[in-house]
Amino acid sequence: MQTDLIAEARRQAEICNACRYCEGYCSVFPALHSQRAFADCDITQLANLCHNCRGCYYACQYTAPHEFDLNFPKALAEVRRDSWESLAWPQPLAKRFHTHGGAVALALIVGFAFMFLTIRALGSAGGVGFYAVMSHGAMVALFAPAFLFPLLSLAISLRRYWQAVGGRLITLADLKAAFGRAVRMTDLAAGHGEGCNFEDKDRFSQARRYAHQAIMYGFLLCFAATCAGTVLHYVFNNPAPYPFWSVPKLLGVPGGVLLTLGCAWMAWLKLQSDRTLGDPQAWGGDIGFILLLGFTGLSGLLLYVLGTTAWMPALLSVHLGAVLTFFLLTPFTKMTHGFYRIAALLADAQRHRK
Amino acid sequence: MSTYDIAVIGGGNAALCAAITAAEAGARVLILETAPKPYRGGNSRHTRNLRCAHNGPLGPLVESYREDEYLDDLLKVTDGNTDEQLARLAIRSSEDCLPWMEAHGVRFQPSLSGTLSLARTNAFFMGGGKSLVNAYYRATEALGVDVAYEAYVTHLELSGDRIACVEYTHQGKDHRIEPTAVIVASGGFQADTDWLARAWGPAAKNFLIRGTPYNRGVVLADLLEQGVESVGDPTQCHAVAIDGRAPKFDGGIVTRLDCVPFSIVVNKNAERFYDEGEDVWPKRYAIWGRLVAAQPDQVAYVIIDSKSLNLFMPSVFPPLKADTLEELATKMELPADRLRHTVETFNAACGDASAFHPTELDGVATSGLTPPKTNWARPISDPPFYGYSLRTGVTFTYLGLKVDETARCSSSTSPIRNLWAAGETMAGSILGQGYLAGFGMTIGTVFGRIAGREAASYAN
Repeated sequence: MQTDLIAEARRQAEICNACRYCEGYCSVFPALHSQRAFADCDITQLANLCHNCRGCYYACQYTAPHEFDLNFPKALAEVRRDSWESLAWPQPLAKRFHTHGGAVALALIVGFAFMFLTIRALGSAGGVGFYAVMSHGAMVALFAPAFLFPLLSLAISLRRYWQAVGGRLITLADLKAAFGRAVRMTDLAAGHGEGCNFEDKDRFSQARRYAHQAIMYGFLLCFAATCAGTVLHYVFNNPAPYPFWSVPKLLGVPGGVLLTLGCAWMAWLKLQSDRTLGDPQAWGGDIGFILLLGFTGLSGLLLYVLGTTAWMPALLSVHLGAVLTFFLLTPFTKMTHGFYRIAALLADAQRHRK
Repeated sequence: MSTYDIAVIGGGNAALCAAITAAEAGARVLILETAPKPYRGGNSRHTRNLRCAHNGPLGPLVESYREDEYLDDLLKVTDGNTDEQLARLAIRSSEDCLPWMEAHGVRFQPSLSGTLSLARTNAFFMGGGKSLVNAYYRATEALGVDVAYEAYVTHLELSGDRIACVEYTHQGKDHRIEPTAVIVASGGFQADTDWLARAWGPAAKNFLIRGTPYNRGVVLADLLEQGVESVGDPTQCHAVAIDGRAPKFDGGIVTRLDCVPFSIVVNKNAERFYDEGEDVWPKRYAIWGRLVAAQPDQVAYVIIDSKSLNLFMPSVFPPLKADTLEELATKMELPADRLRHTVETFNAACGDASAFHPTELDGVATSGLTPPKTNWARPISDPPFYGYSLRTGVTFTYLGLKVDETARCSSSTSPIRNLWAAGETMAGSILGQGYLAGFGMTIGTVFGRIAGREAASYAN
């Protein structure tokens, strides 16, 4: 971890702790005000609890040009990214993608190329639909590890995080509290429920919160669609392709629409927002990730619409390339924030019950 | 250049309430704010709540807080130095203010940690005063009010019984406008340290100013020179004891130090000078501003030991820390032998401290010591020792414009037909000394709205 980033966040947290005006905005300030001194791990926990809603910045009487020069959302965003990079496993991949949108794009191109070449090399095994392009067995052989590797990587990182912040055995009540905040994205709503400050300076708006939820629920629907397909395939011996009135499609199509539109909306909002209130170094990496995620959704939808045309094999390669890249980069891009956020919310729930 | 019905001088809470009210009544309004945009809002940006009367639960406020109790609280702190008629008007109107504020974008939050004693009487703004100011500027924008930042008003020309014109400089140019009505809401003069020194004496040069550096009283002085009626003692200001390392201006809330009741306080000669345990700190911090001002070099030093470190709100700057009193004395540039003597004398005068209770008057007192410490008197004996310097922090000045119940100013002979005042600049009309937490925002909101209404009605 970079000690200068933590030291700066600590300096600011100590000023916040003597002021306390922002206590009503989010989870960060009650957690901060419950302590008198801040160890490195306390700062890391506060940073991961922060959703960068920026309410505290616009309300702050000590922002520049004041000599106290507070910019707490930025200080925490920098510590947050640094904590993800420091805790990531394996380390050689940790510091490439958060700060380099170009690296995300490059990875995507590599993903496309890999899928094209693989499909060409393997040739048709005589299945129908997508499986005429790439057999079910080949897809599983490729995507099962690509799915399990990030899970393993995240498990290692989150375990490190949990140990660092002194997390204890998780109870049902902790889960209820943490997921309760996440499903409603309470920390992007401010204490009054009117949203956060993002695309139009100090005006409160639900736009970012809604865009985030469109992405999150869109992603979860797509994921559920894949799971439903897996169950149909193995349990009910009912392989793809599925008609529109089927569980995978009824989950996947709305999911893909939400994901695509949500990512486009979020990218637009990010362009309107003040970059200096986040982690300026992560700007490119974050935009790269949002575009990758949105493109994954969009290419899936195109594949559905044009799945019976001559475009299908090419679109399939593109979509599978995007999915593969997205999965493999999960522990090393902004996608990782969701996992840390849940961990931080769980730790905060434990603080409340101790 | 467009013409305006009303010029509002100042850009804090009272000015904004006046501008919004007037604009909603159909007036064309111009706000002339001296500060640059990031520092807009005067002292309001440092506030955090409004003291609000209510006859039952209201918004974030629990139970009830009736007019008579509110007035009693005010009379206690002002020692009767109160205009009861105007005070009752402010108190009675405060209940309407809260819903009005919400309708104009202000949001409230439950009483902050460490301020539970105010949960019944004071409504806290979510995010504090700057978020309130932001919400009001949004509201003025929606109403088409024009705002000029870094607009320095130099002169209001009083001609007979009306203000004939307003002169100001903005973006390097001199302007002269003739609005139908003028509302002055530009605060006190405490940021003009020369004026403060003339009123208080040269010691005032060592005072810190807790709020905005832009309240220099230019308009106030200009109006007083032209014979506009004033109120309040020019030598009086509201001052509290704050962390001596605070910035000269704009340190705001975080510079407060709550550890005095658990400490001994000495001057630069390492001598005690007042009972540190006279009462709970919220009731005493204001007198300590004056006590420190009366010490050599207007500075004092608070000394506690490790027993008391966690008994008060965290300070913005960490305390000086040392394992021995001599080392602490060196760090604080105090005479070490004198400090040791003072502490030993104090410790010897401490008795049984088993009844010590940090949040109540516990009667744990010294015996045979001058000055005594009448509560929380525990020996300063457990290292490490901690120290803070204290200085006088000025919040606001009492000298201001005298107004009637319509917030209108007057000359010695008659009311001025088109001049109103609101906020700190006329707060002396209501209270002549002392202060009650959150009452400044009550005065600003109530009289800002009255001034806006009256000025708009005159202009229409």
